Amino acid sequence: MLPLIGVAVVILGFALRLNPLMVVVAAALATGFAAGMDPVAIVTEFGRAFTQNRYMALIWLTLPVIGMLEKNGLKERAQAVIAKVQGATTGRVLTVYLFIRQLTASLGLTSLGGHAQMVRPLVAPMAEAAAEARYGELPADTRNLIRAHAAATDNVGVFFGEDIFIAMGSVLLIKAFLDQNGYELTPLQIALWSIPTAVAAFLIHGARLWWLDRRLKAALEKRA
Amino acid sequence: MSALDFIYWLLGLMFAAAAWFNLKDSGNPKRYKRASFWGLYAVTFLAGTWLPPFVTGCLAIAMALLAGIDGLGKAGAVEAAPEQRRVAAARFGNKLFVPALLIPLVTVAGTLILQETVTRGQPLVAAKDATLVALGIAVLVALAVGLWMLRQPFAVPLTESRRLMDAVGAVAVLPQLLAVLGAMFALAGVGKIVAAQAGWFIPVENDFTVVLAYCAGMALFTLIMGNAFAAFPVMTAGIGLPLIVLKHHGDPAVMGAIGMLAGYCGTLMTPLAANFNIVPAALLELPDQNGVIKVQIPTGLALLVVNTLLMYFLVFRH
Repeated sequence: MLPLIGVAVVILGFALRLNPLMVVVAAALATGFAAGMDPVAIVTEFGRAFTQNRYMALIWLTLPVIGMLEKNGLKERAQAVIAKVQGATTGRVLTVYLFIRQLTASLGLTSLGGHAQMVRPLVAPMAEAAAEARYGELPADTRNLIRAHAAATDNVGVFFGEDIFIAMGSVLLIKAFLDQNGYELTPLQIALWSIPTAVAAFLIHGARLWWLDRRLKAALEKRA
Repeated sequence: MSALDFIYWLLGLMFAAAAWFNLKDSGNPKRYKRASFWGLYAVTFLAGTWLPPFVTGCLAIAMALLAGIDGLGKAGAVEAAPEQRRVAAARFGNKLFVPALLIPLVTVAGTLILQETVTRGQPLVAAKDATLVALGIAVLVALAVGLWMLRQPFAVPLTESRRLMDAVGAVAVLPQLLAVLGAMFALAGVGKIVAAQAGWFIPVENDFTVVLAYCAGMALFTLIMGNAFAAFPVMTAGIGLPLIVLKHHGDPAVMGAIGMLAGYCGTLMTPLAANFNIVPAALLELPDQNGVIKVQIPTGLALLVVNTLLMYFLVFRH
């Protein structure tokens, strides 16, 4: 039971909104101590895992390009393009993105999206612009709500699309685990059963985006 | 030296630039602290492959202390004025989309090409690294095209990446630190302990409660571990296989596929999945760190219910 202290540290730390970096480091060290490792071994393991997981930082490599484009008006251009589309609303822009993200992810093209590459420079500005074209300047909390929805849409799209692709890491993980336990299945047999959830995810999240449009309309039209 | 090391160098240079610009920012009261933070991070990329793990561990912990004790303060760099950006947008028009769209397109094309390329009987790039190396190449291509199309000075990408890195702040390291925590959990056998505790309170005779326990367990465990891949083997060995498949004769393919997706519902709702939930909040400069999670909770809960019902109706279908 003792190694669970790390889990407790994480839950408590995040609940109390302490600095997340400190919380995670404290939890990792506490877990190591609870497992009976000595301090040098813990820090060594820490460094080994830190180096091994450097790939998680690769998303930041896109920032020089995105930053340069932003300086030259990428967001403003994305907004101008959307403002010209008749009938564009925040919810509709995001629903189209949800559909594209799910479809491409289901073909294994998960890198055709993402928060640094697509959401910040293109999707979020377009979703904001669609509301701005209708209702004028947006209050800060509305702007933040739309941005949060843009990020959420990317996540929902990729999570509930990618498992339909037979060579996706998660499908192969399921297959490998079941193989080890004596159930021999092809990746296709597993991937097929992700389709009903993918459809449900599109319907549920699409309905929420439709609802978002109604909320924006109610809040912003009254103001104008 | 692998192709991936080259990409890590580029990343290291970018963080080194962020450190340098922060160091030169004499108006910022925390400039030495900020420069040290990005500088240490740069070292772990420039030298990480050769540094002893113990040293890297010390550097990473030092970074957390720099960010954790009294914070890194406010960013110094400012965005270009809105007027200036509007003028540039009108001047360049749709050309601006070209470099932005080149990143995902070249990444996809590059991944496909790299996976197929074999030299002297060896794959050019290890299969698991193909997407990462392709992303690096895509960024270089987009950068070259962007610099040429927009006639930008070479310093602009570096000063601008510093501006964005500063806007994201220390949270940039969080996904990597959480991966370290996951490795520690695995070493200490945290998953096995949780699974051993989970088994004894489920009413095992009822086929619905078994499915409910498995799906809810996947979501809950993912919530705690921040990663459905970590939850899957534990929950499936503990509940899925013995109860759904062996005892109630469920279909293992349905159980595995929908079980994983139930875990993803948990991913939508946890700050521990930082790369999906906390990093975008920072990237979009939301005042609330949990802003994205709050928006995702209704979808996550609704889909968890749907997954549980889908599994119940599909797994025992014969």
